Amino acid sequence: MIRFFKKKQYPKFWEDHIYKVQNSQKYANFEDIRFVAIDTETTGFDYENDRILCIGAVAIKNNKILVSDSFEIYIKQDVFNKETVKIHGIRKDGDEAKLSEEEAIIKFIDYLDDAVIVAHHTAFDVNMINQALNRLKVGPLESKLLDTNYIHKKIAKTDTYKKIFSLEELCEIYNVKMHDRHTALGDALIAAYLFLKQTAKYKKNNALNLFDLINTNYHLLK
Amino acid sequence: MINIVIYFMKNTIAERIYDFLKNFPPFDVLEKEQLFKIASNVKVTYVEKDHFVFKQEENPHEHFYVVKDGAIGLYRNMDNEQILVDICDEGDIFGLRPLIQNDLYLMSAKANEESVLYAVSVEILKEIIQTNEKVKKFLIASFSSNIKTPYAKGTNGQIFANIEILQTSNSSFTEIQSAEFSKNPVITLKTATIKEAAQIMSEKRVGSILIVENRNPIGIITDKDLRSKIATGLVSIDENVTAIMSSPVKTFKQKITVAEAQIAMIKNKITHLCITKDGTDKTELIGVLSEHDIVVLHGNNPSLLIKKVYRAKDVNSLKYIRDKTSNLLEGYIEQNIPITFISKIISEINEAITIKAIELSLEEMDKRPPVKFGWLALGSQGRKEQLLMTDQDNALVFEDVPQEKYQSTKQYFLQLSKKVTEKMNVIGFEYCPADMMASNPKWCLSLSEWKNQFDAWIKTPTEDAMMMCTIFFDYDLVFGDKMLVNAMSDSIYESINSFEIFLNFLGRNALRNPPPIGFFRQFLVENDGEHKDQFDIKSRALMPLVDAARLLTLSHSIKDKNNTVSRFKKLIKVEPKNQDLYLSCIDSFNILLQFRTSQGLTNNDSGRYVDLNNLSKSEKLKLKGCFKPIRDVQELLNIRYNLAQMM
Repeated sequence: MIRFFKKKQYPKFWEDHIYKVQNSQKYANFEDIRFVAIDTETTGFDYENDRILCIGAVAIKNNKILVSDSFEIYIKQDVFNKETVKIHGIRKDGDEAKLSEEEAIIKFIDYLDDAVIVAHHTAFDVNMINQALNRLKVGPLESKLLDTNYIHKKIAKTDTYKKIFSLEELCEIYNVKMHDRHTALGDALIAAYLFLKQTAKYKKNNALNLFDLINTNYHLLK
Repeated sequence: MINIVIYFMKNTIAERIYDFLKNFPPFDVLEKEQLFKIASNVKVTYVEKDHFVFKQEENPHEHFYVVKDGAIGLYRNMDNEQILVDICDEGDIFGLRPLIQNDLYLMSAKANEESVLYAVSVEILKEIIQTNEKVKKFLIASFSSNIKTPYAKGTNGQIFANIEILQTSNSSFTEIQSAEFSKNPVITLKTATIKEAAQIMSEKRVGSILIVENRNPIGIITDKDLRSKIATGLVSIDENVTAIMSSPVKTFKQKITVAEAQIAMIKNKITHLCITKDGTDKTELIGVLSEHDIVVLHGNNPSLLIKKVYRAKDVNSLKYIRDKTSNLLEGYIEQNIPITFISKIISEINEAITIKAIELSLEEMDKRPPVKFGWLALGSQGRKEQLLMTDQDNALVFEDVPQEKYQSTKQYFLQLSKKVTEKMNVIGFEYCPADMMASNPKWCLSLSEWKNQFDAWIKTPTEDAMMMCTIFFDYDLVFGDKMLVNAMSDSIYESINSFEIFLNFLGRNALRNPPPIGFFRQFLVENDGEHKDQFDIKSRALMPLVDAARLLTLSHSIKDKNNTVSRFKKLIKVEPKNQDLYLSCIDSFNILLQFRTSQGLTNNDSGRYVDLNNLSKSEKLKLKGCFKPIRDVQELLNIRYNLAQMM
């Protein structure tokens, strides 16, 4: 079959994603870079069997969190784990407007554009999203990734013996107030605050450069 | 900017910002949709401590700012100094006026602590101003207060935004940015005689006249000059104006703000400023700005604060005024205004607040006071040395009544005192932890009871009694009957005179304060406890001077002097031979008090404990310089009261 030899065809949203990230002109200048702080609420911690309930995201550009450029979407569930309802408060048939996983992921990828992703424990959120992309026969995410945890370790060199900082610990260290914990957008906003404060500290001596930041993130390097 | 609009999308962040903003003016008067639109378009930004949000003379940003967390200081550069004009904290807005007026920033905004700001697009607000009259009024009011009041919380428009004033003036945005001055100053030439000048002044009904040469101002004559130099016969009225004019004059640019004008007047101890074309005295005079002009503007100067106290109708207004007083204090300290001047103003405001609290409490009582009484401030408040907000120490004395009426009378005054102390607590003067307050039955006594109490303390001088004396001897009548207090003072001196050794005991008490420096001229710090390794500036440096001044004035039976500086001044008159020592004590005391106050403002505490590690070399030297007079005056007490033998 001729089709078999053809380059694999991806859906348009995914083609766009790859193209935007690979051809972005913004990464050279810190003020131009659109960062997106994300957080997902999931039914559990099993990449195979658990599902994303909600994605929250807010953009940061030139040291400002742009509230108008934020994203919050709830996903209809087939898999449901009533244990985690206690944490995130999203019920199977709650009254938030919900989309199918496919619609939600496409909207999210579209929202992401060429942004650099920032999160706390980024690997988890990105893996969950990659699993969802996989179910759509695409992925993984092409976006550049940052993790508030690794940025912190780079800044606070003395604490590196400790492996992982929880979000609460970082909030304590950077004096970030915790509101709306365990809502996706709430946690995304907390990550955004941490990122603002971290970059302010990181920038002190030398001008900030995206690749320095990404280098903090050796675990996520692709 | 990418704007994803999905109509069913929730926005938790915008909701939270909405919930925050709706508590503060002008956002509280916006329509729900208007405010939600603003909240959804906020940009959140973070400023590190000591970093600038914007600088004076910069082009305005696209946004104005609301403080979410932290504090932003607004500064104005003047004579190469940065003068703190206002502090914005949670919910305050700043940086708006230049955006609306298309003007440069008039002040710099710097983070006094790390801060989170909401940047709000001015375009959205402009749309809203078109339709929402209330917002428009608020903004005009806050612009005027932002710029016209030097230390005020500019944006708190609810209580003092003088909407009435705005309605009477035809307020466009542009006319309120700088101080208004008289455009047609009354002038005369330097060849005129004093008589001619005085005639012009009375004809034009003005209090000052400027002397010009080629239209440039060279001097000024005020009413005061006429009173002090002509009416006294010092200078003949037929002499030339140059004989009595003050020269040169202080000149300023047209754009002077009221804040700057007030500061210039305080600094130079003058009441009139000349406005010239380019701000120097080499160009044409275009106007004159007098102190009176400024008072007429609704500025938050001390006298206006006191007027506001008189007009206050409830405790919350008093609290608001007291909070403003703290800002005023901070501004004064930053500008290095003499501490004697500052303590006078702050004490007067505190006293006015206390009087108002008593008056409000009296109104709440079922009936009028059964007999005359006096409300006494004790300790540092009594000495008028209380700058930072500290605990309240107070007492009450009432007229003697027949035995059968005693209980009901005492109950009445206890009830009154309870109301007053409660109010003071709300205002910000915390309850005294040792319960030295008029609401305590032990300190709400009749005149004879007080006489007996003092007599007992004086004649059985135990350590406790001495401590009580140091607190209760520094009383000051705040409200009520002067005769009662005079009778109290008389009886104290009677008791002391009949039991002279008391002064020796008091002297011993005065020397019990721990010394400030050790043998090697090192600071002595606290050995243990919460303030380990900190320097206790109150008990090691200030109290020795306070105690010495009290003891020495008591020994001379000097009445009506309850303030450390005025006590030493009086002592200089009584003991001229010790003039140098007492003068240096006054200097030391002022420096130490200023030091403690700025420490307290920086650390937001009583300023009592100083962390020596945070002091610069010169600050340490300055402190040590204050200790010599302490040692000398303690030495004097030691010899005079033979204390070496008593120890």
